[in-house]
Amino acid sequence: MSLDRETFEQLLDTVRRFVAERLVPREAEVAEADRIPDDLLDEMRALGLFGLSIPEDYGGIGLDVEEEVRVAFELGRTSPAFRSAFGTNNGIGSQGIVIDGTEDQKRRYLPKLASGATIGSFALTEPDYGSDAASIQTSARRDGNLYVLNGTKRFITNAPSADLFTVMARTGAKDSGAGGITAFLVEADTPGLSLGKPDAKMGQQGARISDVIFEDCRVPEDAIIGGVEGQGFKTAMKVLDRGRLTISGTCIGVAERLIRDSLRYASERKQFGKPIGSFQLIQAMLADCETECAAAKALVLDAARRKDAGEPITKLGAMCKYYASEMVGRVADRAVQIHGGAGYLTAFGIERFYRDVRLFRIYEGTSQIQQLIIAREMLKEFRQ
Amino acid sequence: MKVLVPVKRVIDANVKIRVKADQTGVETANVKMAMNPFCEIAVEEAVRMKEAGTASEVVIVSAGAAQAQETIRTGLAMGADRGVLIQSEAALEPLAVAKLLKAVVEKEGADLVLMGKQAIDGDNNQTGQMLAALLGWPQGTFISKLEKNDSGIKVTREVDGGLEILDLKMPAVLTVDLRLNEPRYASLPNIMKAKKKTIDTFSPEDLGVDVSPRLETIKVVAPPPRKAGVMVDSVAALVDKLRNEAKVI
Repeated sequence: MSLDRETFEQLLDTVRRFVAERLVPREAEVAEADRIPDDLLDEMRALGLFGLSIPEDYGGIGLDVEEEVRVAFELGRTSPAFRSAFGTNNGIGSQGIVIDGTEDQKRRYLPKLASGATIGSFALTEPDYGSDAASIQTSARRDGNLYVLNGTKRFITNAPSADLFTVMARTGAKDSGAGGITAFLVEADTPGLSLGKPDAKMGQQGARISDVIFEDCRVPEDAIIGGVEGQGFKTAMKVLDRGRLTISGTCIGVAERLIRDSLRYASERKQFGKPIGSFQLIQAMLADCETECAAAKALVLDAARRKDAGEPITKLGAMCKYYASEMVGRVADRAVQIHGGAGYLTAFGIERFYRDVRLFRIYEGTSQIQQLIIAREMLKEFRQ
Repeated sequence: MKVLVPVKRVIDANVKIRVKADQTGVETANVKMAMNPFCEIAVEEAVRMKEAGTASEVVIVSAGAAQAQETIRTGLAMGADRGVLIQSEAALEPLAVAKLLKAVVEKEGADLVLMGKQAIDGDNNQTGQMLAALLGWPQGTFISKLEKNDSGIKVTREVDGGLEILDLKMPAVLTVDLRLNEPRYASLPNIMKAKKKTIDTFSPEDLGVDVSPRLETIKVVAPPPRKAGVMVDSVAALVDKLRNEAKVI
């Protein structure tokens, strides 16, 4: 732990209170408006939520992975759209700079990302390449001391509000694979960069995504993260490695929230003259939720501690993302079932979570990609 | 102007209180503790005065067990400058706390004491008044508004049947009510900075105060559980019950 226990507990307690008192009451409002109100964004900035994972030297809080995961448990207890507002600044929108950036890039961007003055976004996926990230085709052609970017990025979280994009583009030949990819820092107001219309989607209303289009978008050579061509794929994988644990933490938080809501409903709702929680078939669903959620939590905390201790966690991280996201999917499904008709009604908010959590199994590496990573690492370990 | 803010560590307002099986008090083992909500309002007001430039320094004081330090840190994270802990493992009664606070006020040379009107555990509503009497300072209790002016301080008190506005000379003791302000969330960076602020620790002996109890608790019991209500089918039935059963009209 990077912080002493007392300070961290106080921090956690503040986040818990903020979630319960400020965010939970406004879940329905945000879902309906498909936007997080500015006053709430200001409160999130004032609280310091945009800089959780950014080192203290650059204006953030510098939580280690275990701490960040435990904060994610708390932040998960409300609509995932809220976390998404500052999620990219703590994760994929800043970690490229934190992990591989030059000192100059860190000084230039991290303090503003930490305060929330700048919103960071991560542009890897393309219309034709997502899971097959090593094959992306957005090109970055060298032109004197500039690079000229051309291509389209798809499903880019927070693109509509972003000020800074971490863009993966190909500096090598078309078939140069992972080694031909370079990570660029592109400011949103760079000529040649434009956005598609925000995409309508199944859930997580309030979190916005859109295409990002590059048409002869010129960026200076010092926009390359770390200053070296061809390192982009490695940077992207490192960024996603850490991100898997915080997403897993959020899944667990959501699951805990849904279990609590289900327990409350099962205790209050009566059928056949008794609370439905006294029936064994309901109890079985509750027990499965609790057990799977606790297993995911133990797995994620173990992975986080190992990561903090410097162990490689590629396999464990993929296991966390795979298990936690699938787990919260099952928990949300049972939560709807326990709530019955009420679970299907918008007014109760359960169906909203059911739709929201579907994304966890897809973004930042689908469940199937996580399975491939896990098996690949297993086979590699076995051969050694 | 130096502002002293006494704070009390109490069982968190959201925790359901349980009486100990032996009826000697309420269960505090493994129970979440927090700053008394009225104290939080006092800290918020003091920090606002500091931000507005009317206060030069805000000092948080707490009397109690070593863990009261965590409560002081909460105040420091909200923006206070430093803390004073009067460490005592004994149960402290309002008069003992008032005497301890008097000693700290004199030691610090404070110009204003801003504190909660009462703590939500004992609900005594005594310490502020006792402190003002011991210091011989004017007091403004249950305040919902505060304005510093040239001659002193103008406060609005929430009293039965309305509001009372008082002009007080400084130095003074003020106890705050719920509607004075809405306390902020300490920001996460400030929680971390609070760790670096100083907290001086004294014992009651250091301050020359005898804290031995003057009261004896005979027993503590939980209130009887509330009985389920009844639905009446008409206004006439309600009036009848109020008149003949409850005998309130």
